[in-house]
Amino acid sequence: MRKHVVVIGGGVAGLESAGCLSKAGFDVSILEKEDQTGGHLNDWYKLFPDRRNSSEVKEYLNGITLNNRIELLTNTTIKKLNRNKTHFSIITDKGKELIADAVIVATGFDLFKSARKEEYGYGIYDNVITSADLEKMFRKGEISLKSGNTPKTIGIVHCVGSRDEKVGNFYCSKLCCVTAVKQAIEIREHLPESKVFCFYMDMRMGGAYYEELYREAQEKWGVNFIRGKVSEAGEAIDHKLVIKVEDTLAGRPLKMELDMLVLMAGMEMSEGGKKIAGLSGLNTGENRFFAATDHHYGSNRSNINGVFYAGTCTAPMNITETISHARAAVSEVTDYLREGSK
Amino acid sequence: MNIEGKKAIWKDYQKEIAEDKFYYVRSCVRQNFFPGSETAFLKIMRDELKKDVFEHPCHTTCTGIGYHCDIVPVETTMTVVARQFALMTEAGYENLLPSCITSFGLYTEILDTWHHFPEVEKKVREQLRKATGREFKKPKNLAHASDVIYKFRKEIGAKAKYKLINKNTGEPLKVVDHIGCHYSKMFPSKGVGGAEYPYVLTGMIEEWGGQIIDYPERRHCCGFGFRQYLVQANRGFSIACSKEKFESMKPYKPDMIITNCPGCPMFLDRWQYVINEMEGKRYGQNGEGIPVFTYEEVAGLVLGYDPWDLGLQMHQTDCEPVLDKIGIEYSPEDKYNTSENIIKSKSHSLINV
Amino acid sequence: MEKFGFTISKGRQIDYESNNRWIAEYIYEREPSFRLCIECGGCAATCTTGNLTKFSLRELHILIKRGENDQVRQNIRKCMLCGKCTLVCPRGVNTRNIVVLVKQAFNKSDDYAI
Repeated sequence: MRKHVVVIGGGVAGLESAGCLSKAGFDVSILEKEDQTGGHLNDWYKLFPDRRNSSEVKEYLNGITLNNRIELLTNTTIKKLNRNKTHFSIITDKGKELIADAVIVATGFDLFKSARKEEYGYGIYDNVITSADLEKMFRKGEISLKSGNTPKTIGIVHCVGSRDEKVGNFYCSKLCCVTAVKQAIEIREHLPESKVFCFYMDMRMGGAYYEELYREAQEKWGVNFIRGKVSEAGEAIDHKLVIKVEDTLAGRPLKMELDMLVLMAGMEMSEGGKKIAGLSGLNTGENRFFAATDHHYGSNRSNINGVFYAGTCTAPMNITETISHARAAVSEVTDYLREGSK
Repeated sequence: MNIEGKKAIWKDYQKEIAEDKFYYVRSCVRQNFFPGSETAFLKIMRDELKKDVFEHPCHTTCTGIGYHCDIVPVETTMTVVARQFALMTEAGYENLLPSCITSFGLYTEILDTWHHFPEVEKKVREQLRKATGREFKKPKNLAHASDVIYKFRKEIGAKAKYKLINKNTGEPLKVVDHIGCHYSKMFPSKGVGGAEYPYVLTGMIEEWGGQIIDYPERRHCCGFGFRQYLVQANRGFSIACSKEKFESMKPYKPDMIITNCPGCPMFLDRWQYVINEMEGKRYGQNGEGIPVFTYEEVAGLVLGYDPWDLGLQMHQTDCEPVLDKIGIEYSPEDKYNTSENIIKSKSHSLINV
Repeated sequence: MEKFGFTISKGRQIDYESNNRWIAEYIYEREPSFRLCIECGGCAATCTTGNLTKFSLRELHILIKRGENDQVRQNIRKCMLCGKCTLVCPRGVNTRNIVVLVKQAFNKSDDYAI
């Protein structure tokens, strides 16, 4: 009889692991809490480093669920997750019970709620937006202020909600720097008359072709990079945003007026993931993401035998790494089920 | 500007403020600069709101000024504060009500230090016992006087004779609220509204009919500090801070400034004169300055107290423009009359008697 | 006026709006590699002049980009044009040409001739 694996979460990691599981010969069910799959991939327009359209990746992933061996339950959350000797019993909020031989948790991340950084005035000043809000503008093909006018000077703030003791996130979200560079290029491409300023603490371009993208942003697109943390944003009488930032390389504070401020919101453990950790006994780490049992050769393994992790529910990672991590999770599941459920 | 965003933050920063039975400790210097303020506060609390506010005749300065000037070591300051607590305990009160914002900041800081370092508290108890023979209990509730006025702002608003509305145009007065640095910048959770968008004065003004202005330098310190102000040669730094604030608020054409610290109104009020002397600049409309008030003065004005009883004649920047805008009745001739003359000239309800 | 015993301190913020970045514009047009500079300081570390005077090529690059031109004008003559900075630069900025262009810019402009 074929083994049944339940995948919790229908984002990039969930879909990729479901596809690989199905190819490996297992019955798969995906439980997704939203009404569509894709997770955060639905929110991004063009992906770094080559700025290809995210719809291509979505297409590839959607092809996976068209395989009829995968059962997809959307608008579904989990109420119970218990291990009964040799298998797992999962009860959904709709009262349905699923019996699984193994489970892959792929609950992903939530974006940091930028309103918590009160000094930047997100939710208070009209033209302070997050990177996610900006992606929506890119998709619409129109970057505009609340008043409907076109912005001329745009500032991008790195490390919002990451590397920040005040909000309890000591870690680096890894991808915001390259996102900032990508979005800076996209703004300059869309608005050739605009001036874009990136305010960074460090430039973390740790991925293939990321540093080259940074170079392109400076050389080809004339994006300005100012090293220093933005301490506060206020609104002047003409509704322009006034920011104070330390120009660390000049050694002096800098005051600047901007039309729009974009906050690079970091990645946090998802609320859904936290709930599952609570009801199942899965361990989370100090950074509140799920804690894999080994950093190097066991990054998919959880503290419950038979439950494995895939993707950003364990740590910030980009789409390339998420897909690799999901495939690795499937490899772990295959090994686990071949040796007989222990 | 989206007020909903601010409201969400204000909801996060609420604090416990006691209802009644307050132990009031006065400010060292406030009564010199703004003599009517503390008396107005006591009258409002005792006569209008019928609260029990007790003042111990033996209480001293909290030595906050000395501590912040590096003149008084922190152990001495803590022992003096312990004595304040001891007097409060002996009088049978638990709710500490400081008039000065630096005192409030100092008490908060000391209570927080003792919370994290109980051995320091033990040492201070011993020191106090050795020095004065007194014992103390820590206050159950610590609220600044502006917190209390904020708490009872609706009751005051209900009794108000005037509203902060320009009687000629019908528009709410544009008010700049300036919070003392020691109120919430050190411990944001101990201030109503937090450190970024404090609500304690905003709430009062909104209840009494005015409108708050948000300007870019609202967070900036007025420059009082203590260290820089004491030495004459350093005052350039202080005045530059106030000037930065004035330059930033000027385009919004504010009608008045409200503050809750003893030093801030002194600075914002007096520095306008100095800036005018040095650079010929004035920041109000029609070549006037922007009048600066303490929150007790504003509370007293809306309740209909006589401006000269509130001590407004002691302000350097004239307050009459705002009094006229609100439509408060006052007699300009009596501005500098002593109370004796006024008693003689007409029957008048005084608050200092 | 009364003698107060003090004067109002001047702010030291860089006011981006009121600064004139004409030298930066002049250089961008003629030496596009200037855009690549990340102010890492490799040039200043090896600089012959920087070793013995307060001349810092990294700092001058920043000041040019911010439009703080007075300090640039006072210091740019100290460069000996030895070229060590260009050897070090990891981004491939032609730093030597930038110094030449800055001097050129000042000389061309009547107000700022050095």
